[in-house]
Amino acid sequence: MNQRHWLDDPRHVKLLWRLFLAVLAAVVLVEPFVRLHPYFAIEGVFGFHAWYGLSACAAMIFVAKALGMLLKRPDTYYEEGAGDDE
Amino acid sequence: MSELIIHPGLVLIGGAFVLPWLHGRARSAVVLLLPLIALASVWILPDGAVWQVHFLDLVLTPLEGGKLGRLFATIFAIMAFGGGLFALGQKSRVELSAAMLYAGAAIGVALAGDLVTVFIFWEVMAIGSTLVLWSAGTPASYRASLRYLMIHLAGGVLLFAGVTGHVASTGDVAFARMDTDSVAHWLIFAGFLVNAGAPPLSAWLPDAYPEASWSGTVFLSAFTTKAAVYVLLRGFPGHELLIWVGLFMVFYGIVYALLENDMRRILAYSIVNQVGFMLAGIGIGTEMALNGAAAHAFTHIIYKALLLMSAGSVLYVTGRRKCSELGGLFHSMPLTTICGSIGALAISSFPLTSGFISKSMVSQAASDGGLLIVWLLLTAASAGVFLHAGIKFPWFVFFQKDSGLRPPEPPASMRWAMVLFAFLCIALGVWTEPLYALLPYGVDYVPYTAAHVVTQLQLLLFSGLAFFLLLPWLKRTLTITLDGDWIYRRFLPRWVRFGSRGFDTLRGGVGRATTAALGWALFQIEQRSGPQGALGSTWPIRSMALWVLVLLLAYLGFYYGG
Repeated sequence: MNQRHWLDDPRHVKLLWRLFLAVLAAVVLVEPFVRLHPYFAIEGVFGFHAWYGLSACAAMIFVAKALGMLLKRPDTYYEEGAGDDE
Repeated sequence: MSELIIHPGLVLIGGAFVLPWLHGRARSAVVLLLPLIALASVWILPDGAVWQVHFLDLVLTPLEGGKLGRLFATIFAIMAFGGGLFALGQKSRVELSAAMLYAGAAIGVALAGDLVTVFIFWEVMAIGSTLVLWSAGTPASYRASLRYLMIHLAGGVLLFAGVTGHVASTGDVAFARMDTDSVAHWLIFAGFLVNAGAPPLSAWLPDAYPEASWSGTVFLSAFTTKAAVYVLLRGFPGHELLIWVGLFMVFYGIVYALLENDMRRILAYSIVNQVGFMLAGIGIGTEMALNGAAAHAFTHIIYKALLLMSAGSVLYVTGRRKCSELGGLFHSMPLTTICGSIGALAISSFPLTSGFISKSMVSQAASDGGLLIVWLLLTAASAGVFLHAGIKFPWFVFFQKDSGLRPPEPPASMRWAMVLFAFLCIALGVWTEPLYALLPYGVDYVPYTAAHVVTQLQLLLFSGLAFFLLLPWLKRTLTITLDGDWIYRRFLPRWVRFGSRGFDTLRGGVGRATTAALGWALFQIEQRSGPQGALGSTWPIRSMALWVLVLLLAYLGFYYGG
């Protein structure tokens, strides 16, 4: 079972990254050739879904990180004295 | 003729009481056969009231055929079949019976024609699901099941009070569309929302579901919240508050799932997130939106069950559930990895999967209604789904750094269940007609346009980019994130204990103070009036005569002075 998988080779991971970036570029560059039917003005901005998705995700990760600073506890939190806490 | 019809829910509920007496192949056969009989009887059910009984002064309709009810009863039966197949190897003798009771009750809710029947099946669901949770047999699952039951009984009380008030004021038990125009209707609304995992009690869901067994969570993910979606679709379509409740749930689910380390808790938070999309659709309330919410409930049950089956398989073969202890499982579990990834793509609404053709109807309804803010938030949330469930779950469980674990694939029944549901995720996404034909309203929507595919791919793939760019920030830690359950798991018990300790201290203090005060008073009396006290002792004659003289002189003084 210990033979190396195709994915264990860093060169292949690098190849996958390149492919991924190429696909990213492709789905944005193809936009002018597709007849969009925007309902809102903002949808008509070039590559809206791409940059909106990227920035929305970044924002959610930042919010999660900030909330985590306040509310994260060791995962044994409720186990300490579990018998009488619950 | 109506007497000949079998109630699909009662088929499963009856079966639940037969299963404990069966063993081996007979048991397996019955587990698989019961949901199929239920499914067939859903499909021969005619429209309109089928069973009617008189109860007190009310005419109840325990069984009623209708488009929306049939859709939900169908998916509940399919889920009972898939879950039953997955759980065939479950050692617990309670769990499958409890799951069939639970599934049957969910079908009972979907096919109920009146609010009293809804309430009865609602409570049977609470009992069935608690037993599923409880049958995991660990101390943690036992405690979680008690907390779970507490919340659901409280929700049941709200619903009961609401239904009673509704019947008292209208004299009608029919389950029809309502407005929140009276206290009774608000109570019904609140009772429904508790089961949907709505705020402020959302935390019951991620608290309880991940504590069930490797197969129990699969059942739990499907019925309670989706039965709540069904009753909200039927009772409160177009209630605007649901848009905002739904949007809150969508982001709550994403943020907490991003912080979570337990793979099944990630998926539990993701249930709240997905139900949020459905509630937003119900709140928008147009035919497109209601179709979208119903379709999304249908597709969601399948891909969420699939995701939890893949997580359950990992738990089954490794005994581990924390992302920080997993990784690299694709080496030895390729089938589980592929099936889990298909579920992850479906929940993210990738083109050619079931999520793509269902969730997009809710967004489309927001566009049609010109609800820019709602649309923007739903779009951001769609990106967030890919982030927390679409990539995070498969990445940390099956890929990331190699944990060195090389567990085998799970047993055949579990593999077949995953393959079946993975097939359904893709089939529903490719052939849209069968599902669209089942929806409550006529569907005037074409999901596969070039624009929709391209914009959706942009949204998802760039969310993927965000995930990998910010991966260091998403690194798993051995932590949990405090949630609403903290109130009743930590704050209230502490407060009660502190309060009772304070009372004890006070009572003790008052007691001690009283004793001390009495003792002091006795001592003082003793001092003054006792044999040795100032007042009680014998006084010498000299001083006595002196004091008499002083008093007489004072008397004389007052006499002349006055």
